[in-house]
Amino acid sequence: MLSFVTQRVLKGVIVLLAIVVLNFFLIRLAPGDPAVVMAGEAGASDPVFVKQLREKFGLDKPLPEQLLIYVKGVASLDLGFSFRQQAPVAKLIGERLPATLLLTLTAFAISLMLGVLFGTFAARFAGTFLDTAITVFALIFYAMPIFWVALMGILLFSVTMDWLPSFGYETVGANLTGLAHAVDVAKHLIMPAMTLGLFFMATYTRMTRASMLEVKRLDFVKTARAKGLSDAVIQRRHVLRNALLPVVTLAGVHSGTLIGGAVITETVFAWPGIGRLMYDALLQRDYNLLLGVFVICSAMVLIFNLITDLVYRLVDPRIEFAS
Amino acid sequence: MKQFWKSMLRSPSGVIGLIILVLAISIAVFGPMLFPNSPWRMVQRPFLPPFTLSTVPLGTDALGRDVFAGMIFGARVSLLVGLVSTLVALVVGVPIGAMAGYFGGKTDDALMRFTEFFQTIPSFALAIVLVAILQPSIYSIVASIAVVSWPPVARLVRGEVLSLRTREYVQAAIVTGQSNTWIILREILPNALSPVIVLASLMVATAILLESSLAFLGLGDPNLISWGYMVGAGRTVIRQAWWITVFPGVAILISVLGLNLIGEGLNDALNPRLSREGR
Repeated sequence: MLSFVTQRVLKGVIVLLAIVVLNFFLIRLAPGDPAVVMAGEAGASDPVFVKQLREKFGLDKPLPEQLLIYVKGVASLDLGFSFRQQAPVAKLIGERLPATLLLTLTAFAISLMLGVLFGTFAARFAGTFLDTAITVFALIFYAMPIFWVALMGILLFSVTMDWLPSFGYETVGANLTGLAHAVDVAKHLIMPAMTLGLFFMATYTRMTRASMLEVKRLDFVKTARAKGLSDAVIQRRHVLRNALLPVVTLAGVHSGTLIGGAVITETVFAWPGIGRLMYDALLQRDYNLLLGVFVICSAMVLIFNLITDLVYRLVDPRIEFAS
Repeated sequence: MKQFWKSMLRSPSGVIGLIILVLAISIAVFGPMLFPNSPWRMVQRPFLPPFTLSTVPLGTDALGRDVFAGMIFGARVSLLVGLVSTLVALVVGVPIGAMAGYFGGKTDDALMRFTEFFQTIPSFALAIVLVAILQPSIYSIVASIAVVSWPPVARLVRGEVLSLRTREYVQAAIVTGQSNTWIILREILPNALSPVIVLASLMVATAILLESSLAFLGLGDPNLISWGYMVGAGRTVIRQAWWITVFPGVAILISVLGLNLIGEGLNDALNPRLSREGR
């Protein structure tokens, strides 16, 4: 088990290093002087800052040396300075990270739970009206762009019905504490989390349904039935457990999409996470901040992939950890 | 071929998908001929609600531009970007997958690590960064969508080639001394085509979603009107004018749905064994 974990962590570190190198070349892909690009539009008019950047990143030195300086900087969590926001990039991201984690993890939990639930129902009642209804809904949600779902949610639940707040993390100026604050945040969280979750819920529903129908036909299920186990026990212990394997794999694959969806969701709902930060960086063409968020997003995806890999091994009855 | 159409037309999702796609393509091709004026032009007073004037059936946006005309022109951009970026992704992914599967060993290892690397990077975030750095234009949008969507193609093709490579007819071609290129192109790839076609139809759908999301964030080609741009532009006035955001979104939904249905229909038609096992 331990050697497996070290192996995966090591692999993750290598991939992360490769992403940092990619980042380094991305900055140089932009038209113009990298120092000016890093400084952003505002910094371009400030020769002192540009000169500072040039010295700090050794931009007059040969490329491999520049790369080394850059990688060293990132390794010590120095993602550079955002001239626009007048703050270190790492600090800006650190402040915003909890909100993004809250949003993505809630959305992930909602989508996984509802997806597996609906998928199980659809498979259980395959061929009936319920199955068709669930399948059609899943197809439609799967085809809706996230930003549009978000806006339709606002239109329906904020503008028309006035049930939920349409933007922000908490009620501004309310200064709530304790439980009241938690309830307030939860109210603000419902719509963004549902928006982000719906698309993934549709995927998990489809996957669970297909996978359960496939597992149902396998020999060990027949054996279980022959042993005289009740239908409910077979469904839960034998079919569902095995059917969940591809769903877990899918969850890992989708973690990158989840982060991408968070950028859109946070933008629409003004949710103060790193996705919104990315959008702000985009609007201001603050490339340093943009690439900093990109590196952190990639790191988050790597960590999430590692976790799903571990979960897969825990769920899969066939895989034992090599000791 | 006849067999293919027969089974395609037997699957309800395939038929609905085909109808939607044919409609969307005809709108994209012929629609702009019916609307000779630029969709950027002001035609009526701003915020004209839909269904009030027959000349502007879906109303106007905050600058008095015809929402319906915008949707017609937007169809062109969405479908074009979806198709072209998928083609580019295939042009990148198929050779990489084919080489990895055919040559195996170190080539396979290196190419697959490379593919996995691209698959780990959060795709939408990478697309945003690429378009922002290359400056938004139809070319940078197509390029970045292709960059983030080729890995699944490479992996799929590799798997197919890997299993086809051991077949007798391929072994026979190797023994008779055909060149590797000839074997890959003439013997192996044609037989690996059907799963690739299914994947490609789904990729067009994803590409349309990606393009609209980029345009929504303000990373669309500034000279071309697109559905995502329209929703993004209508977002700030959603309280006064719901129709500016609702209609283009419905257009995206319907075309993506149509392509997904076609993907399902194709899957049923091309892999009949899989579909009979019940999905």
